[in-house]
Amino acid sequence: MSEHIILPEGSLEKQTTTLNLGPTHPATHGVFQNILEMDGERVMKATSTVGYIHRAFEKIAERRPLYQITPLTDRLNYCSSPINNMGWHITCEKLLGLTLPKRVDYLRVIIMELARISDHLICNSIVGVDSGAFTGFLYVMQYRELIYEIYEEVCGSRLTTNIGRIGGFERNFTAKAFEKLEKFLKEYPVTLREFENLLTRNRIFMDRTIGCGPISSERALNYGFTGPNLRASGVDYDVRVHTPYSSYQDFNFTIPVGSTGDCYDRFLVRNQEMWQSIEIIKQAYQKVQQFKGTEADVFHADAPAYYLPEKKDVYTKMEALIYHFKIVMGETEMPVGEVYSSVEGGNGELGFYLVSDGGRTPYRLHFRRPCFIYYQAYPELIKGGMLSDAVITMSSLNLIAGELDA
Amino acid sequence: MALTNEIIQQKLTEKFGENLSNWEQPYGMLTFVAEKDINIKVLQFLFDDAELQFRFLTDLQAVHYPDNKGEELAIVYHLHNFVDNVRIRFKVFTDITKPDVFTATGVFMSANFMERETYDFYGVNFVGHPNLIRILNVDEMDYFPMRKEFPLEDQTRIDKDDEMFGR
Repeated sequence: MSEHIILPEGSLEKQTTTLNLGPTHPATHGVFQNILEMDGERVMKATSTVGYIHRAFEKIAERRPLYQITPLTDRLNYCSSPINNMGWHITCEKLLGLTLPKRVDYLRVIIMELARISDHLICNSIVGVDSGAFTGFLYVMQYRELIYEIYEEVCGSRLTTNIGRIGGFERNFTAKAFEKLEKFLKEYPVTLREFENLLTRNRIFMDRTIGCGPISSERALNYGFTGPNLRASGVDYDVRVHTPYSSYQDFNFTIPVGSTGDCYDRFLVRNQEMWQSIEIIKQAYQKVQQFKGTEADVFHADAPAYYLPEKKDVYTKMEALIYHFKIVMGETEMPVGEVYSSVEGGNGELGFYLVSDGGRTPYRLHFRRPCFIYYQAYPELIKGGMLSDAVITMSSLNLIAGELDA
Repeated sequence: MALTNEIIQQKLTEKFGENLSNWEQPYGMLTFVAEKDINIKVLQFLFDDAELQFRFLTDLQAVHYPDNKGEELAIVYHLHNFVDNVRIRFKVFTDITKPDVFTATGVFMSANFMERETYDFYGVNFVGHPNLIRILNVDEMDYFPMRKEFPLEDQTRIDKDDEMFGR
Protein backbone atom coordinates (compact mmCIF):
# COMPACT_ATOMS: atom_id res chain seq x y z
CA MET A 1 0.00 0.00 0.00
CA SER A 2 1.33 3.41 -0.94
CA GLU A 3 2.23 5.99 1.67
CA HIS A 4 -0.52 8.45 2.43
CA ILE A 5 -0.15 11.98 3.62
CA ILE A 6 -2.33 12.73 6.61
CA LEU A 7 -3.65 16.27 6.35
CA PRO A 8 -5.08 18.24 9.26
CA GLU A 9 -8.75 18.12 10.11
CA GLY A 10 -10.81 20.61 8.09
CA SER A 11 -8.36 20.74 5.23
CA LEU A 12 -10.09 20.58 1.85
CA GLU A 13 -7.50 18.20 0.47
CA LYS A 14 -7.96 15.73 3.31
CA GLN A 15 -8.49 12.44 1.55
CA THR A 16 -9.05 10.17 4.50
CA THR A 17 -12.08 9.78 6.71
CA THR A 18 -11.98 9.75 10.48
CA LEU A 19 -14.36 7.19 11.86
CA ASN A 20 -15.32 6.54 15.45
CA LEU A 21 -15.83 2.85 16.01
CA GLY A 22 -17.48 2.89 19.41
CA PRO A 23 -17.55 3.61 22.37
CA THR A 24 -20.94 1.95 22.08
CA HIS A 25 -21.36 0.10 18.87
CA PRO A 26 -23.15 -3.19 18.23
CA ALA A 27 -20.10 -4.61 16.47
CA THR A 28 -17.72 -4.07 19.37
CA HIS A 29 -19.63 -6.15 21.96
CA GLY A 30 -18.58 -3.82 24.73
CA VAL A 31 -17.47 -0.32 25.49
CA PHE A 32 -14.45 0.21 23.26
CA GLN A 33 -13.56 3.31 21.35
CA ASN A 34 -11.33 3.19 18.33
CA ILE A 35 -10.69 6.27 16.26
CA LEU A 36 -9.97 4.94 12.82
CA GLU A 37 -8.33 6.85 10.01
CA MET A 38 -9.89 5.32 6.91
CA ASP A 39 -8.80 5.43 3.31
CA GLY A 40 -11.99 4.32 1.65
CA GLU A 41 -12.68 0.96 3.21
CA ARG A 42 -9.16 0.40 4.53
CA VAL A 43 -7.92 1.19 8.00
CA MET A 44 -4.74 3.27 7.92
CA LYS A 45 -4.40 4.08 11.56
CA ALA A 46 -6.24 3.26 14.72
CA THR A 47 -6.13 4.89 18.13
CA SER A 48 -7.66 2.92 20.97
CA THR A 49 -9.16 4.55 24.00
CA VAL A 50 -9.89 2.42 27.03
CA GLY A 51 -11.24 3.07 30.49
CA TYR A 52 -14.93 3.61 29.94
CA ILE A 53 -15.93 1.19 32.66
CA HIS A 54 -12.97 1.63 34.98
CA ARG A 55 -14.16 0.88 38.51
CA ALA A 56 -11.00 1.34 40.59
CA PHE A 57 -10.94 -2.26 41.80
CA GLU A 58 -7.33 -2.07 42.89
CA LYS A 59 -8.06 0.91 45.11
CA ILE A 60 -11.22 -0.63 46.55
CA ALA A 61 -9.33 -3.85 47.23
CA GLU A 62 -6.91 -1.97 49.46
CA ARG A 63 -9.65 -1.60 52.05
CA ARG A 64 -11.27 -5.01 51.83
CA PRO A 65 -10.39 -8.18 53.69
CA LEU A 66 -9.31 -11.01 51.42
CA TYR A 67 -12.64 -12.79 51.22
CA GLN A 68 -14.45 -9.58 50.23
CA ILE A 69 -12.24 -9.16 47.18
CA THR A 70 -13.68 -12.25 45.48
CA PRO A 71 -16.78 -10.40 44.20
CA LEU A 72 -14.48 -7.81 42.61
CA THR A 73 -12.68 -10.48 40.63
CA ASP A 74 -16.02 -11.71 39.23
CA ARG A 75 -16.32 -8.52 37.31
CA LEU A 76 -13.02 -8.75 35.50
CA ASN A 77 -13.70 -11.33 32.83
CA TYR A 78 -17.39 -11.83 33.37
CA CYS A 79 -17.61 -14.56 30.72
CA SER A 80 -15.58 -16.88 32.94
CA SER A 81 -15.84 -15.44 36.42
CA PRO A 82 -15.27 -18.75 38.26
CA ILE A 83 -11.71 -18.84 36.93
CA ASN A 84 -11.10 -15.38 38.34
CA ASN A 85 -12.59 -16.38 41.69
CA MET A 86 -10.48 -19.52 41.86
CA GLY A 87 -7.40 -17.59 40.80
CA TRP A 88 -7.94 -15.21 43.67
CA HIS A 89 -8.55 -18.02 46.17
CA ILE A 90 -5.41 -19.76 44.96
CA THR A 91 -3.43 -16.54 45.45
CA CYS A 92 -4.72 -16.17 49.01
CA GLU A 93 -4.01 -19.82 49.76
CA LYS A 94 -0.48 -19.36 48.49
CA LEU A 95 -0.01 -16.35 50.77
CA LEU A 96 -1.54 -18.13 53.76
CA GLY A 97 0.26 -21.40 53.06
CA LEU A 98 -2.82 -23.60 52.80
CA THR A 99 -2.84 -26.93 51.01
CA LEU A 100 -6.14 -28.27 49.80
CA PRO A 101 -7.49 -31.82 49.75
CA LYS A 102 -7.36 -33.45 46.32
CA ARG A 103 -11.12 -33.62 46.04
CA VAL A 104 -11.42 -29.84 46.34
CA ASP A 105 -8.76 -29.40 43.67
CA TYR A 106 -10.65 -31.68 41.30
CA LEU A 107 -13.97 -29.98 41.95
CA ARG A 108 -12.28 -26.68 41.22
CA VAL A 109 -10.87 -28.06 38.00
CA ILE A 110 -14.37 -29.09 36.94
CA ILE A 111 -15.71 -25.61 37.58
CA MET A 112 -12.75 -23.86 35.95
CA GLU A 113 -12.94 -25.96 32.81
CA LEU A 114 -16.68 -25.39 32.56
CA ALA A 115 -15.94 -21.68 32.78
CA ARG A 116 -13.31 -21.99 30.07
CA ILE A 117 -15.83 -23.70 27.81
CA SER A 118 -18.43 -21.02 28.43
CA ASP A 119 -15.84 -18.33 27.68
CA HIS A 120 -14.60 -19.94 24.47
CA LEU A 121 -18.02 -20.85 23.16
CA ILE A 122 -19.16 -17.26 23.47
CA CYS A 123 -16.04 -15.99 21.74
CA ASN A 124 -16.18 -18.47 18.89
CA SER A 125 -19.87 -18.16 18.26
CA ILE A 126 -19.52 -14.37 18.27
CA VAL A 127 -16.81 -14.67 15.62
CA GLY A 128 -19.45 -16.54 13.66
CA VAL A 129 -22.01 -13.80 14.25
CA ASP A 130 -19.58 -11.10 13.14
CA SER A 131 -18.88 -12.97 9.94
CA GLY A 132 -22.59 -13.35 9.27
CA ALA A 133 -23.39 -16.79 10.67
CA PHE A 134 -25.90 -16.37 13.44
CA THR A 135 -27.08 -19.98 13.76
CA GLY A 136 -24.08 -21.41 15.59
CA PHE A 137 -24.42 -18.79 18.26
CA LEU A 138 -27.94 -19.94 19.09
CA TYR A 139 -26.93 -23.60 19.02
CA VAL A 140 -24.21 -23.32 21.63
CA MET A 141 -25.90 -20.70 23.78
CA GLN A 142 -28.18 -23.28 25.39
CA TYR A 143 -25.09 -25.03 26.75
CA ARG A 144 -23.83 -21.85 28.32
CA GLU A 145 -27.20 -21.82 30.03
CA LEU A 146 -26.62 -25.38 31.23
CA ILE A 147 -23.17 -24.40 32.54
CA TYR A 148 -24.75 -21.50 34.39
CA GLU A 149 -27.27 -23.89 35.91
CA ILE A 150 -24.39 -25.96 37.22
CA TYR A 151 -22.85 -22.85 38.80
CA GLU A 152 -26.22 -22.10 40.26
CA GLU A 153 -26.37 -25.52 41.89
CA VAL A 154 -22.94 -25.00 43.38
CA CYS A 155 -22.97 -21.38 44.49
CA GLY A 156 -26.41 -19.93 43.82
CA SER A 157 -25.56 -17.37 41.18
CA ARG A 158 -24.94 -17.42 37.47
CA LEU A 159 -22.93 -14.66 35.86
CA THR A 160 -20.96 -13.00 38.64
CA THR A 161 -20.56 -16.16 40.59
CA ASN A 162 -18.49 -15.38 43.69
CA ILE A 163 -17.95 -19.13 43.76
CA GLY A 164 -15.97 -20.90 46.46
CA ARG A 165 -14.16 -19.61 49.49
CA ILE A 166 -10.57 -19.33 50.55
CA GLY A 167 -9.86 -22.98 51.34
CA GLY A 168 -12.54 -24.68 49.32
CA PHE A 169 -16.19 -24.41 48.40
CA GLU A 170 -19.05 -22.98 50.41
CA ARG A 171 -20.97 -26.26 50.15
CA ASN A 172 -20.56 -29.67 48.65
CA PHE A 173 -21.72 -30.34 45.12
CA THR A 174 -25.28 -31.62 45.19
CA ALA A 175 -26.44 -34.74 43.39
CA LYS A 176 -28.36 -32.42 41.09
CA ALA A 177 -25.14 -30.64 40.15
CA PHE A 178 -23.49 -33.90 39.13
CA GLU A 179 -26.62 -34.89 37.25
CA LYS A 180 -26.45 -31.67 35.25
CA LEU A 181 -22.74 -32.17 34.70
CA GLU A 182 -23.42 -35.62 33.28
CA LYS A 183 -26.08 -34.18 31.02
CA PHE A 184 -23.60 -31.56 29.86
CA LEU A 185 -20.86 -34.11 29.17
CA LYS A 186 -23.28 -36.24 27.20
CA GLU A 187 -24.94 -33.57 25.09
CA TYR A 188 -22.41 -30.80 24.63
CA PRO A 189 -19.89 -32.73 22.49
CA VAL A 190 -22.66 -33.47 19.99
CA THR A 191 -23.56 -29.80 19.73
CA LEU A 192 -19.95 -28.70 19.58
CA ARG A 193 -19.36 -31.14 16.74
CA GLU A 194 -22.38 -29.70 14.97
CA PHE A 195 -21.12 -26.17 15.57
CA GLU A 196 -17.73 -27.07 14.12
CA ASN A 197 -19.42 -28.62 11.10
CA LEU A 198 -21.12 -25.31 10.45
CA LEU A 199 -17.97 -23.23 10.50
CA THR A 200 -14.59 -24.96 10.57
CA ARG A 201 -14.47 -26.18 6.96
CA ASN A 202 -17.01 -23.69 5.69
CA ARG A 203 -15.47 -22.07 2.59
CA ILE A 204 -17.10 -18.69 3.23
CA PHE A 205 -16.00 -18.62 6.85
CA MET A 206 -12.46 -19.70 5.93
CA ASP A 207 -12.13 -17.06 3.24
CA ARG A 208 -13.40 -14.53 5.70
CA THR A 209 -11.02 -15.32 8.56
CA ILE A 210 -7.82 -16.81 7.12
CA GLY A 211 -5.16 -14.13 7.00
CA CYS A 212 -7.32 -11.71 8.91
CA GLY A 213 -5.56 -9.94 11.81
CA PRO A 214 -2.45 -12.15 11.92
CA ILE A 215 0.45 -11.78 14.34
CA SER A 216 3.79 -13.59 14.41
CA SER A 217 4.93 -15.41 17.53
CA GLU A 218 7.77 -12.91 18.16
CA ARG A 219 5.45 -9.93 17.97
CA ALA A 220 2.85 -11.71 20.08
CA LEU A 221 5.41 -12.42 22.80
CA ASN A 222 6.73 -8.89 22.68
CA TYR A 223 3.21 -7.55 22.97
CA GLY A 224 2.61 -9.73 26.02
CA PHE A 225 0.01 -12.04 24.49
CA THR A 226 -0.97 -15.04 26.55
CA GLY A 227 -3.64 -17.69 26.34
CA PRO A 228 -5.37 -18.84 23.18
CA ASN A 229 -4.24 -15.77 21.24
CA LEU A 230 -0.58 -16.52 21.92
CA ARG A 231 -1.04 -20.22 21.23
CA ALA A 232 -2.70 -19.41 17.92
CA SER A 233 0.55 -17.79 16.84
CA GLY A 234 2.49 -20.92 17.68
CA VAL A 235 3.85 -20.61 21.24
CA ASP A 236 2.75 -23.47 23.48
CA TYR A 237 2.61 -21.50 26.70
CA ASP A 238 -0.13 -22.50 29.08
CA VAL A 239 -0.06 -21.74 32.80
CA ARG A 240 -1.86 -25.00 33.53
CA VAL A 241 1.18 -26.89 32.24
CA HIS A 242 4.01 -24.48 33.03
CA THR A 243 3.04 -23.72 36.61
CA PRO A 244 0.39 -26.28 37.56
CA TYR A 245 -2.08 -25.13 40.16
CA SER A 246 -5.07 -26.94 41.62
CA SER A 247 -3.57 -30.35 40.71
CA TYR A 248 -3.60 -29.83 36.95
CA GLN A 249 -0.54 -32.06 36.82
CA ASP A 250 -2.82 -35.05 37.51
CA PHE A 251 -4.64 -34.64 34.22
CA ASN A 252 -3.83 -35.78 30.76
CA PHE A 253 -4.49 -33.18 28.09
CA THR A 254 -2.81 -31.50 25.15
CA ILE A 255 -2.28 -27.87 24.36
CA PRO A 256 -3.43 -26.98 20.86
CA VAL A 257 -1.26 -24.49 18.97
CA GLY A 258 -1.78 -22.63 15.72
CA SER A 259 0.80 -21.20 13.35
CA THR A 260 -0.19 -17.89 11.78
CA GLY A 261 -2.03 -16.24 14.65
CA ASP A 262 -4.89 -15.04 12.46
CA CYS A 263 -8.59 -15.11 13.26
CA TYR A 264 -9.00 -18.60 11.86
CA ASP A 265 -6.20 -20.01 14.00
CA ARG A 266 -7.57 -18.35 17.08
CA PHE A 267 -10.94 -19.88 16.28
CA LEU A 268 -9.44 -23.36 15.82
CA VAL A 269 -7.34 -23.14 18.97
CA ARG A 270 -10.37 -22.17 21.04
CA ASN A 271 -12.43 -24.98 19.55
CA GLN A 272 -9.71 -27.51 20.30
CA GLU A 273 -9.38 -26.18 23.81
CA MET A 274 -13.05 -26.82 24.37
CA TRP A 275 -12.52 -30.47 23.39
CA GLN A 276 -9.56 -30.66 25.76
CA SER A 277 -11.63 -29.07 28.52
CA ILE A 278 -14.31 -31.69 28.05
CA GLU A 279 -11.63 -34.37 28.42
CA ILE A 280 -10.31 -32.73 31.58
CA ILE A 281 -13.79 -32.51 33.07
CA LYS A 282 -14.40 -36.19 32.32
CA GLN A 283 -11.14 -37.16 34.03
CA ALA A 284 -11.84 -34.89 36.99
CA TYR A 285 -15.35 -36.24 37.37
CA GLN A 286 -13.99 -39.78 37.35
CA LYS A 287 -11.47 -38.87 40.01
CA VAL A 288 -14.13 -37.19 42.13
CA GLN A 289 -16.30 -40.31 41.94
CA GLN A 290 -13.46 -42.41 43.34
CA PHE A 291 -13.75 -40.72 46.72
CA LYS A 292 -15.97 -42.85 48.94
CA GLY A 293 -17.42 -42.57 52.44
CA THR A 294 -16.33 -39.59 54.50
CA GLU A 295 -13.83 -38.59 51.82
CA ALA A 296 -16.71 -37.89 49.46
CA ASP A 297 -17.93 -35.17 51.83
CA VAL A 298 -14.71 -33.18 51.78
CA PHE A 299 -15.28 -29.87 50.07
CA HIS A 300 -12.94 -27.55 51.92
CA ALA A 301 -9.58 -27.58 53.62
CA ASP A 302 -9.38 -28.07 57.34
CA ALA A 303 -8.26 -24.52 58.03
CA PRO A 304 -10.75 -22.98 60.46
CA ALA A 305 -8.72 -19.80 60.85
CA TYR A 306 -9.22 -18.87 57.19
CA TYR A 307 -12.18 -20.82 55.85
CA LEU A 308 -15.41 -18.95 56.52
CA PRO A 309 -17.61 -21.44 58.45
CA GLU A 310 -21.08 -22.45 57.44
CA LYS A 311 -23.82 -20.19 58.74
CA LYS A 312 -25.68 -22.90 60.63
CA ASP A 313 -22.48 -23.73 62.49
CA VAL A 314 -22.00 -20.08 63.37
CA TYR A 315 -25.34 -20.10 65.14
CA THR A 316 -24.82 -23.36 66.98
CA LYS A 317 -21.09 -23.86 67.59
CA MET A 318 -18.79 -21.77 69.73
CA GLU A 319 -15.62 -22.25 67.67
CA ALA A 320 -17.37 -21.52 64.42
CA LEU A 321 -18.76 -18.30 65.89
CA ILE A 322 -15.32 -17.21 67.06
CA TYR A 323 -13.67 -17.94 63.72
CA HIS A 324 -16.51 -16.34 61.83
CA PHE A 325 -16.10 -13.19 63.88
CA LYS A 326 -12.34 -13.17 63.49
CA ILE A 327 -12.46 -13.68 59.73
CA VAL A 328 -15.20 -11.13 59.11
CA MET A 329 -13.65 -8.50 61.34
CA GLY A 330 -10.21 -9.13 59.86
CA GLU A 331 -8.64 -10.24 63.13
CA THR A 332 -6.87 -13.25 61.64
CA GLU A 333 -3.10 -13.09 61.36
CA MET A 334 -1.97 -12.41 57.81
CA PRO A 335 1.58 -13.23 56.80
CA VAL A 336 3.75 -10.33 55.65
CA GLY A 337 5.08 -10.79 52.17
CA GLU A 338 4.51 -10.47 48.49
CA VAL A 339 3.16 -13.13 46.24
CA TYR A 340 2.49 -13.44 42.54
CA SER A 341 0.21 -16.19 41.44
CA SER A 342 -1.42 -16.78 38.12
CA VAL A 343 -4.00 -19.02 36.55
CA GLU A 344 -4.88 -19.72 32.95
CA GLY A 345 -7.95 -17.59 32.46
CA GLY A 346 -10.23 -17.67 29.47
CA ASN A 347 -8.06 -15.11 27.71
CA GLY A 348 -4.65 -15.88 29.06
CA GLU A 349 -2.52 -15.55 32.13
CA LEU A 350 -4.59 -13.94 34.83
CA GLY A 351 -2.14 -12.88 37.52
CA PHE A 352 -2.55 -11.50 40.99
CA TYR A 353 0.28 -9.56 42.60
CA LEU A 354 -0.50 -9.23 46.27
CA VAL A 355 1.62 -7.25 48.72
CA SER A 356 0.66 -7.85 52.32
CA ASP A 357 1.93 -5.81 55.26
CA GLY A 358 0.23 -8.05 57.80
CA GLY A 359 -2.83 -5.82 58.10
CA ARG A 360 -6.40 -6.93 57.57
CA THR A 361 -6.43 -5.81 53.94
CA PRO A 362 -3.89 -6.10 51.12
CA TYR A 363 -1.34 -3.30 51.05
CA ARG A 364 -1.36 -3.44 47.28
CA LEU A 365 -3.16 -5.70 44.88
CA HIS A 366 -2.57 -5.68 41.17
CA PHE A 367 -4.52 -7.69 38.64
CA ARG A 368 -2.58 -8.77 35.57
CA ARG A 369 -5.41 -8.68 33.10
CA PRO A 370 -4.53 -10.46 29.85
CA CYS A 371 -7.01 -8.40 27.79
CA PHE A 372 -5.50 -5.11 28.86
CA ILE A 373 -2.05 -6.20 27.82
CA TYR A 374 -2.81 -7.68 24.42
CA TYR A 375 -5.28 -5.00 23.43
CA GLN A 376 -2.39 -2.65 22.66
CA ALA A 377 -1.57 -4.80 19.64
CA TYR A 378 -4.99 -4.17 18.15
CA PRO A 379 -4.06 -1.09 16.03
CA GLU A 380 -1.20 -3.07 14.52
CA LEU A 381 -3.40 -6.09 13.84
CA ILE A 382 -6.02 -4.17 11.88
CA LYS A 383 -3.73 -1.79 10.01
CA GLY A 384 -4.16 -2.09 6.27
CA GLY A 385 -7.22 -4.30 6.54
CA MET A 386 -10.86 -3.63 5.83
CA LEU A 387 -13.21 -2.18 8.41
CA SER A 388 -15.14 -5.44 8.62
CA ASP A 389 -11.86 -7.24 9.33
CA ALA A 390 -11.29 -4.91 12.25
CA VAL A 391 -14.63 -5.97 13.72
CA ILE A 392 -13.94 -9.67 13.33
CA THR A 393 -10.40 -9.30 14.68
CA MET A 394 -11.75 -7.64 17.79
CA SER A 395 -14.23 -10.41 18.47
CA SER A 396 -11.69 -13.14 17.82
CA LEU A 397 -9.29 -11.55 20.33
CA ASN A 398 -12.11 -12.01 22.83
CA LEU A 399 -11.83 -8.58 24.38
CA ILE A 400 -13.88 -8.30 27.53
CA ALA A 401 -14.45 -4.72 28.64
CA GLY A 402 -14.55 -5.68 32.30
CA GLU A 403 -11.11 -7.18 32.13
CA LEU A 404 -9.71 -4.36 30.07
CA ASP A 405 -10.62 -1.65 32.53
CA ALA A 406 -10.66 -3.36 35.93
CA MET B 1 20.98 -27.67 33.11
CA ALA B 2 18.02 -26.10 34.64
CA LEU B 3 18.23 -22.45 35.43
CA THR B 4 18.05 -21.92 39.18
CA ASN B 5 17.69 -18.78 41.24
CA GLU B 6 21.29 -19.14 42.40
CA ILE B 7 22.64 -19.13 38.85
CA ILE B 8 20.58 -16.06 37.96
CA GLN B 9 21.75 -14.25 41.07
CA GLN B 10 25.37 -15.15 40.35
CA LYS B 11 25.19 -14.00 36.73
CA LEU B 12 23.54 -10.73 37.65
CA THR B 13 25.99 -10.04 40.45
CA GLU B 14 28.92 -10.65 38.09
CA LYS B 15 27.49 -8.15 35.65
CA PHE B 16 26.11 -5.42 37.90
CA GLY B 17 27.85 -6.02 41.24
CA GLU B 18 26.85 -3.61 43.97
CA ASN B 19 24.06 -1.98 41.98
CA LEU B 20 21.73 -4.84 42.78
CA SER B 21 20.75 -5.52 46.36
CA ASN B 22 18.13 -6.98 48.71
CA TRP B 23 18.16 -10.49 47.26
CA GLU B 24 15.17 -12.44 48.49
CA GLN B 25 13.10 -15.42 47.46
CA PRO B 26 9.56 -14.90 48.75
CA TYR B 27 7.41 -17.91 47.80
CA GLY B 28 10.22 -19.15 45.59
CA MET B 29 10.42 -16.17 43.26
CA LEU B 30 13.79 -14.49 43.06
CA THR B 31 13.39 -10.81 43.97
CA PHE B 32 15.94 -8.02 44.01
CA VAL B 33 16.22 -4.27 43.97
CA ALA B 34 18.10 -2.46 41.24
CA GLU B 35 19.43 1.09 41.14
CA LYS B 36 16.87 3.15 39.31
CA ASP B 37 19.27 4.39 36.61
CA ILE B 38 20.12 0.91 35.39
CA ASN B 39 16.63 -0.61 35.18
CA ILE B 40 16.71 -0.85 31.40
CA LYS B 41 20.27 -2.19 31.40
CA VAL B 42 19.14 -4.96 33.72
CA LEU B 43 16.08 -5.69 31.56
CA GLN B 44 18.18 -5.73 28.40
CA PHE B 45 20.80 -7.97 29.95
CA LEU B 46 18.16 -10.40 31.17
CA PHE B 47 16.59 -10.32 27.70
CA ASP B 48 19.78 -10.76 25.66
CA ASP B 49 21.79 -13.19 27.73
CA ALA B 50 21.85 -16.59 26.03
CA GLU B 51 21.34 -18.43 29.27
CA LEU B 52 18.92 -16.15 31.10
CA GLN B 53 16.47 -15.41 28.27
CA PHE B 54 13.89 -13.47 30.24
CA ARG B 55 11.96 -12.44 27.15
CA PHE B 56 8.47 -12.03 28.46
CA LEU B 57 7.33 -9.10 30.58
CA THR B 58 4.53 -10.56 32.64
CA ASP B 59 3.63 -7.53 34.65
CA LEU B 60 4.72 -4.04 35.57
CA GLN B 61 3.24 -1.95 38.33
CA ALA B 62 4.06 0.40 41.17
CA VAL B 63 3.65 0.30 44.92
CA HIS B 64 3.58 3.39 47.12
CA TYR B 65 5.41 3.37 50.46
CA PRO B 66 4.84 6.84 51.92
CA ASP B 67 7.06 6.22 54.96
CA ASN B 68 10.05 5.26 52.86
CA LYS B 69 11.45 8.78 52.55
CA GLY B 70 13.31 9.48 49.33
CA GLU B 71 12.25 6.11 47.89
CA GLU B 72 8.49 6.33 48.08
CA LEU B 73 7.56 4.64 44.81
CA ALA B 74 8.59 1.13 43.88
CA ILE B 75 8.20 0.04 40.27
CA VAL B 76 7.93 -3.73 40.13
CA TYR B 77 8.79 -5.79 37.05
CA HIS B 78 7.79 -9.43 36.71
CA LEU B 79 9.72 -11.31 34.06
CA HIS B 80 9.30 -14.81 32.76
CA ASN B 81 11.68 -17.16 31.00
CA PHE B 82 9.53 -19.52 28.94
CA VAL B 83 12.36 -21.88 28.05
CA ASP B 84 13.31 -22.86 31.58
CA ASN B 85 10.02 -21.69 33.07
CA VAL B 86 11.53 -19.39 35.69
CA ARG B 87 10.00 -16.18 36.94
CA ILE B 88 11.82 -13.31 38.60
CA ARG B 89 10.79 -10.00 40.04
CA PHE B 90 12.81 -6.86 40.43
CA LYS B 91 12.08 -3.44 41.73
CA VAL B 92 13.45 0.04 41.38
CA PHE B 93 12.71 2.72 43.93
CA THR B 94 12.26 6.36 43.11
CA ASP B 95 11.69 9.64 44.90
CA ILE B 96 8.06 10.76 44.69
CA THR B 97 8.98 14.39 44.08
CA LYS B 98 11.04 13.43 41.05
CA PRO B 99 9.60 10.14 39.83
CA ASP B 100 11.62 9.75 36.63
CA VAL B 101 12.31 6.20 35.51
CA PHE B 102 13.47 5.02 32.10
CA THR B 103 10.83 3.37 29.98
CA ALA B 104 10.86 -0.31 29.08
CA THR B 105 8.94 0.20 25.84
CA GLY B 106 12.18 -0.11 23.85
CA VAL B 107 12.57 -3.68 25.06
CA PHE B 108 8.96 -4.79 25.41
CA MET B 109 6.05 -3.42 23.38
CA SER B 110 3.76 -4.72 26.11
CA ALA B 111 5.20 -2.15 28.53
CA ASN B 112 3.37 0.62 26.71
CA PHE B 113 -0.06 0.25 28.31
CA MET B 114 1.34 -1.02 31.58
CA GLU B 115 3.52 2.06 31.98
CA ARG B 116 0.64 4.30 31.04
CA GLU B 117 -1.44 2.62 33.72
CA THR B 118 1.34 3.04 36.27
CA TYR B 119 1.69 6.70 35.32
CA ASP B 120 -2.06 7.14 35.53
CA PHE B 121 -2.33 5.79 39.06
CA TYR B 122 1.02 6.64 40.63
CA GLY B 123 2.43 9.44 38.54
CA VAL B 124 5.65 7.66 37.63
CA ASN B 125 7.19 9.59 34.77
CA PHE B 126 8.57 7.06 32.33
CA VAL B 127 11.29 8.92 30.47
CA GLY B 128 11.23 8.13 26.77
CA HIS B 129 7.75 6.65 26.66
CA PRO B 130 6.14 7.37 23.25
CA ASN B 131 2.71 8.32 24.54
CA LEU B 132 2.64 8.85 28.28
CA ILE B 133 -0.93 9.98 28.87
CA ARG B 134 -3.67 8.82 31.19
CA ILE B 135 -5.28 5.57 30.18
CA LEU B 136 -8.07 4.50 32.54
CA ASN B 137 -8.89 7.76 34.30
CA VAL B 138 -10.23 10.92 32.67
CA ASP B 139 -7.69 13.17 31.03
CA GLU B 140 -8.61 16.15 33.23
CA MET B 141 -7.68 14.39 36.45
CA ASP B 142 -4.90 16.28 38.23
CA TYR B 143 -3.82 13.79 40.88
CA PHE B 144 -2.66 10.20 41.05
CA PRO B 145 -5.41 8.27 42.80
CA MET B 146 -3.64 5.08 43.88
CA ARG B 147 -1.19 6.95 46.07
CA LYS B 148 -1.70 6.32 49.74
CA GLU B 149 -2.51 9.95 50.56
CA PHE B 150 -5.93 9.46 48.97
CA PRO B 151 -7.85 7.22 51.33
CA LEU B 152 -11.19 5.75 50.36
CA GLU B 153 -14.28 7.39 51.78
CA ASP B 154 -14.91 6.65 55.43
CA GLN B 155 -17.59 3.95 55.51
CA THR B 156 -18.97 5.15 58.82
CA ARG B 157 -19.63 8.74 57.82
CA ILE B 158 -23.12 9.99 58.64
CA ASP B 159 -23.15 13.50 57.22
CA LYS B 160 -24.32 12.31 53.82
CA ASP B 161 -28.09 12.14 53.47
CA ASP B 162 -29.07 10.19 50.43
CA GLU B 163 -32.75 9.40 50.25
CA MET B 164 -32.58 7.34 47.10
CA PHE B 165 -29.71 5.07 47.98
CA GLY B 166 -29.91 5.35 51.79
CA ARG B 167 -26.57 4.81 53.47
